[in-house]
Amino acid sequence: MSKPKVAFFDFTSCEGCQLSILNLETELLDLLEIIDIVEFREAMSEKSPVFDIAVIEGSYSRDSDLKRLKKIRETASVVVALGACAHIGGINALRNSQNKEDLMKKVYPDNPFLYETNEKALPISGAIKVDAFVPGCPVDVKEFVRVVKNLVLGKDPGLPTYPVCVECKLNENVCVYELGKTCLGPVVRAGCNAVCTSSGGVCIGCRGLIPNPNINSQKDIMEKYGLDMKRIIDSVNMFMTEDAKGVQ
Amino acid sequence: MGETITIGVNHITRVEGHGNIKVDVQNGEVKECKLEIVEAPRFFEAMLEGRHYTEASLITSRICGICSVGHQLASVKATEDAFGIKLSKQNRQLKTLLDMGQYFESHVLHTYFLAVPDFVGAPSVFPLIATHKDVVLSALKLKKLGHDIGDMVAGRLVHPISMTPGGFTMMPTEKKLEEILDRIQDAKGELEDGAKLISQLKLPDFQRETEYISLYKEGEYAFIDGNIYSSDKGEISYKDYRNVTNEYLVPHSTAKRTRFSRSSYMVGALARFNNNYSWLSDSAKEAAETLGLKQGCYNPYMNTVAQMVELFHIIDNSTAIIEDMLSNGIKDEKPVVPELKNCTGVGAVEVPRGILFHEYTYDDKGFITKANCIIPTGQNLQNIEDDMNEIVPAALKVRSKEELTLDLEMLVRAYDPCISCSCHLLDVEFINE
Repeated sequence: MSKPKVAFFDFTSCEGCQLSILNLETELLDLLEIIDIVEFREAMSEKSPVFDIAVIEGSYSRDSDLKRLKKIRETASVVVALGACAHIGGINALRNSQNKEDLMKKVYPDNPFLYETNEKALPISGAIKVDAFVPGCPVDVKEFVRVVKNLVLGKDPGLPTYPVCVECKLNENVCVYELGKTCLGPVVRAGCNAVCTSSGGVCIGCRGLIPNPNINSQKDIMEKYGLDMKRIIDSVNMFMTEDAKGVQ
Repeated sequence: MGETITIGVNHITRVEGHGNIKVDVQNGEVKECKLEIVEAPRFFEAMLEGRHYTEASLITSRICGICSVGHQLASVKATEDAFGIKLSKQNRQLKTLLDMGQYFESHVLHTYFLAVPDFVGAPSVFPLIATHKDVVLSALKLKKLGHDIGDMVAGRLVHPISMTPGGFTMMPTEKKLEEILDRIQDAKGELEDGAKLISQLKLPDFQRETEYISLYKEGEYAFIDGNIYSSDKGEISYKDYRNVTNEYLVPHSTAKRTRFSRSSYMVGALARFNNNYSWLSDSAKEAAETLGLKQGCYNPYMNTVAQMVELFHIIDNSTAIIEDMLSNGIKDEKPVVPELKNCTGVGAVEVPRGILFHEYTYDDKGFITKANCIIPTGQNLQNIEDDMNEIVPAALKVRSKEELTLDLEMLVRAYDPCISCSCHLLDVEFINE
């Protein structure tokens, strides 16, 4: 059996997820034993008209990108959304609460309408059907390798369905709520090994909600600790576009 | 080469972000020669409005995956400058060490993975796995060291976690510092091999003197503190960065550009090398000599070589910081909580691609009311185009279209542009579509 051809594409993003993949070190060489990377603009000049798996980083924020996205969808048998921007809108979606015209005038006051942008930055699923995703900002590269291996074997991607709190507790951290901070750990998908809370930070929700998140329980926690609602709404909105909160 | 040529390289490869090269020559006359930026606008400055001071660096980090440490440093420093937060020596050491981790990863990625394939005639690093496996493995190992420095200091190199305004939320252990120190020492040998490889590369011999702008601090090769230095005008306060950057739009342009004393200026490794050479470490100066790089170098293709030289300095600088931290012991410092007030602050730092500025205005509740970010690649764009406008007419009679295309692609790559840092970059109308 020939190795599946994998192509990487990027849209509105920081390219940090692809960069994380280039950081795979020796695992990258192992991965090349089971797949052929045929296109990866950030790292190579080669291009390919045929591929089996398309890995897409970035949000969909311009109509002119739609043609390219549809072409990718037609060519690939499996489309994988790579990272928070492609999966749930990501940081780009932060702007969705503001009117498009206001944004343009604010950032480019001298010539606000020179360029094109949509009303909202959306996950890739806002443009084409997506078959699987690798969550996170940036992605956890070990999880990326696992998802690719599972897809090549025709299996389910195998993402955890429990929240970050589970991994955080296993790492024996003091709950950040006890330290007076807000954290999205109770409702956000695990798989990152609670890297933020384990490094003195809080969960900012880059991996999206778990299936059936217990939102009422999260509200109870916030009431118990007397936390500021604006701050928690701000943190939920940091990575998840309103339109992607149902995406799981 | 013919009298009439058009070159259109769409989506230049092996750079971060989306850019196109357009050249149009009619009857031996250059009609057009430009670098277009086609990255989607992302509105970071507008997204920052209304956000709390503790979130600013988490958001701006996402401007760019490869420069995330740099954006966080500039962001945190702007906030600290605004609130007047006093910082410890250890805080400065941790910030510098994190910056060194980023330089290590970024310079290795650029010199080995993005630039070298051009010189050995390969389309990417992947075919090199078969032909130059030892070099690829060495590069991967060096890159990993950069990442591990980032993991140690801030939890992660891509979108760091524990650096906040006023301090770090996590301290490295002495054991970890010792382990990294050992690996940094080992890396020097690997780098010497890399330098040998770079020394064999034949770079185009192109000279164009321009204005070189970098951070400047008497007595050190400035990375995270200091004022602005222009090779034309001398020292300028970092607070007055807007007088230096003078952002502007041109009718055909695809991006906000900058200019100071001339039509364009250059930032990045070569600018730092030219301005701050005297404070490079001895081994970096030796590497420069071996590689034929001298202060006052006007060949932009040598930017890649300057990055290689900086890698030696980074090793020595990181070693000195870690040794000092180990001899003084790690203090468990908690981040300083600022007194909130209406205020404005500027952060100016040197990141791998050049000098980066962030400026924020805060209200008295700690929320941002105005933000501005000026990125290195935006500052370099006009300089790249000015280079192209000298290279193309000179090449018309002596280079084939294919050779010229490669010359121009290599030129753009030499600047190591990071187009993803798109907070100021505009979209473009395609002339040929």
